[in-house]
Amino acid sequence: MNTVQEAPSVPVRVTRARRSTTWAAIAAVIAIAVLSYLPYLVYTGTTNLLANFFYVLIMASMWNLLAGYAGLVSVGQQGFIGLGAYFVLILADQGLSPFLAIPVVTVMTAVVGLVVWWLVSRLRSGYFAITMWVIASVCELIIIQISALGGGTGTALPGLNLSPTLLNAYTYWATLTVAVIVLAAIYYLLRSPIGLVLTAIRDDEAGARSIGARVAGTQRLVFMVAAAGCGAAGALYIISQQFVVPTAAFSVQWSAEMIFITIIGGIGSIEGPILGTIVFFVLQQTLSQYGTWYFIILGIVAMVVAIWAPRGLWGLISDKLGIRLFPVGYYLWPAGAAPKRSLLPGPPRLTISDLSPISRPSYDSATNRFRRLPGEP
Amino acid sequence: MSWINAVIQGILIGGLYALFACGLSLLFGVMNVINLAHGDLAVVAAYVALGVVAITHVPAVWAFLVVVPVFAVLGYVLQRTLFQASLNRSVLTTLLVTFGLSVVLENGMQQFLSANSHSIDIGTLVSASFSVGSQIRIAYLNLVILLVAVIVLLGLQFFLSSTKNGRLIRAVADDREAAQIAGVNYRHVFGISAAIAFGTVALAGIAFGMFSQFDPTIGTDQLLLFAFEAVVIGGLGSLWGTLGGGILLGIAQAIGANIKAADQVLAGQLLFLLILIVRPQGLTGRRERA
Repeated sequence: MNTVQEAPSVPVRVTRARRSTTWAAIAAVIAIAVLSYLPYLVYTGTTNLLANFFYVLIMASMWNLLAGYAGLVSVGQQGFIGLGAYFVLILADQGLSPFLAIPVVTVMTAVVGLVVWWLVSRLRSGYFAITMWVIASVCELIIIQISALGGGTGTALPGLNLSPTLLNAYTYWATLTVAVIVLAAIYYLLRSPIGLVLTAIRDDEAGARSIGARVAGTQRLVFMVAAAGCGAAGALYIISQQFVVPTAAFSVQWSAEMIFITIIGGIGSIEGPILGTIVFFVLQQTLSQYGTWYFIILGIVAMVVAIWAPRGLWGLISDKLGIRLFPVGYYLWPAGAAPKRSLLPGPPRLTISDLSPISRPSYDSATNRFRRLPGEP
Repeated sequence: MSWINAVIQGILIGGLYALFACGLSLLFGVMNVINLAHGDLAVVAAYVALGVVAITHVPAVWAFLVVVPVFAVLGYVLQRTLFQASLNRSVLTTLLVTFGLSVVLENGMQQFLSANSHSIDIGTLVSASFSVGSQIRIAYLNLVILLVAVIVLLGLQFFLSSTKNGRLIRAVADDREAAQIAGVNYRHVFGISAAIAFGTVALAGIAFGMFSQFDPTIGTDQLLLFAFEAVVIGGLGSLWGTLGGGILLGIAQAIGANIKAADQVLAGQLLFLLILIVRPQGLTGRRERA
C-alpha cells in the first residue's frame, strides 16, 4: 500500500514588521519633523537644494514603480514633467495660486496618462520606451508653438507675490509634503493586494499573467500613478524655478536622472531611489566644478550596476545586513521565535529556504514514499 | 508646385533616414533590443570623420573608408562584451545599458568637443544641384546619398539572403534556440549583426555630417527618433519597408516644413503616431506583436 505522508504543520507566525522597521518608522517621524522645521534653522540655499532633492526623489520613485515593479521601462516621463509644469503655468495665468494648482495638475496629468496609456499599452520593452520618448517630444513641439505660454524662449510663472524668504519656505514645504505623500502612497500601494500583483509582475510578467493576475489593469493603474507623480514633480519644478522653458522642462535629462538614480540605488525596492538620490546629489555637489563629468561617471556606474549588481546599492546593503526599512513582504517565524515587542536584539531571521524541507517534502522513488522529514519521530 | 517640390525633397532625404534606420531594424530583428545609443553613435562617427580628414587631409568623401570598418569592428567588440553581458541579464537591462551609453557618449562629446556645431566640408558639392522644370532643384549630394542608401540596402539584402553569415543571422532572428540546437554560435551572429549595424550607422552619420550641421545633442534629439520612426512606419523585418518608411517620414517632414518651418519634426512624429494607432505592424509588416 502506498501511503503518502503528510508534511506536518509547523506552527509559523507571519509578520510584516521587524525590529529595523520599528526603528525606521521612528526615524521617519523624527526626520519629517526635523525637515519640516528646517526653514527656521538654515539658509535658503540649503532648503532650495533640498526642494530640488525632493522633486528628483519623487521622479525617481515614480520611475522605480513603473519600471521596477510594473516592468514598463519608459524614457519619456519628461513629457509628464513638462506638462505638469505648463499646466501650473496655465492655471496660474487664470489666477489660481501655483501652490493650490499642484493637486489639480496631479489629477490633470493622471488623465493625460490614461490617454497616453491607450496609445502605448500594446507596446513592449524597447518599443514602449522609445514611443514614450516620441510622445514627450510631440508635447514639447506643440508647447513651443503656443506663444501665450512663452513659446520657445520660456516665461516667468505669475502668482507668486510673496517675500523671497516666505516663498522659499513655502516651496520647500510643498516639495516635502508631496515627497512624503508620494512615498507613503507607494508604500501603501505595494502593501495592498495590488502590490502582490506588482511584485509578481516584477519577478516574472508572463508567469504572473498565467496564474490569472490582472496584469493589464494593474499596469494601467501604475502608469497613471507615475504620470500623476511626474506631473506633481513638474509642478514643483516650475514653482521652485519660478520660470519655465520648454527645452529644459521636457529635457530627456530628467529621464536620465531618474533611471541612473533608480538603478544605482536599487531598482524594485522603495529604499533604492532614496539612496540613489542621495548618491546623485552628493556626486553632483562635489563634482559641480567639473562640468558634466558627474553625469558621465553616473552613467558609467549605472551601466556597471545594471549588469553586475542588478539590485543596486540597496540590494547589497539589505542582503548583507538583512534590513528593510519599508517592509512590503512577509517574515516567517517558527514557533517560539515570534518577534519580541521590545527593541532589544531578537531571534535570527528565518528565510524561505530555511523552511523549504518542511514545506516541500522530497519524494523517494525507491520506496515510493515521501522522505521522512527532519525532526520527525 | 512647392508641394511637388516638398515631396521630391522628402524622397531624397528619406534615403538618409533609411540608412540610419536599417541598423536599428537589424539589431531589433535579431536581438529584440532597441539600441538607444544608435543616434549618438552616428554623431560620434561624424566627429571621427572630421578628425580623419583633419589628420590625413584626404578628401572628406573618402573618410568613410576608414570610419566604417573601424565602427564595424567596434560594433563587434562592444556586442561581444558590454551588450552580451547585459543581454545575459535581460532585454530590459540591455535597453538601460544602451541608454546609459547614449548619455555617456553625448555628455562626453560635450565635455571634450564643446557644444558647437560642425559640418564635414565637401567643398562645392554641398550646394551643387541641377534643375528639373523651373522650380524643382535637386542637389547632387542628396541624390548621391539616396543612391548610396539603395546600394547599401541592396547589398544587405544580398548578404542576408545569399551568404552563409546572412543565413545564420536570419536563422537566429527567427528562432534563437532552434539555431543554437543546430550548432550556431548565436553570440558570434549577434556580433556580426552589431558590426553591420554600427557600420551602416557610421556611414549614415558621415552622410548626415556632409548634408547638415551637427552637434553632440542632435543624436538623441533627432537622429534616434527619426531612425525609430522610419522603422515603425515601414514595418519591422523588411529592408524595403525601412526605405519606404524613411521616404514617407522624409515626405511628411518636408510637407510639415512647407506649412511652417517649426512643423517639420512634428509632422513626422504625428505620422508615426498615426501609423502606430492605425497600423501598428507598419506598412509592410505582418500582423504580430510588437
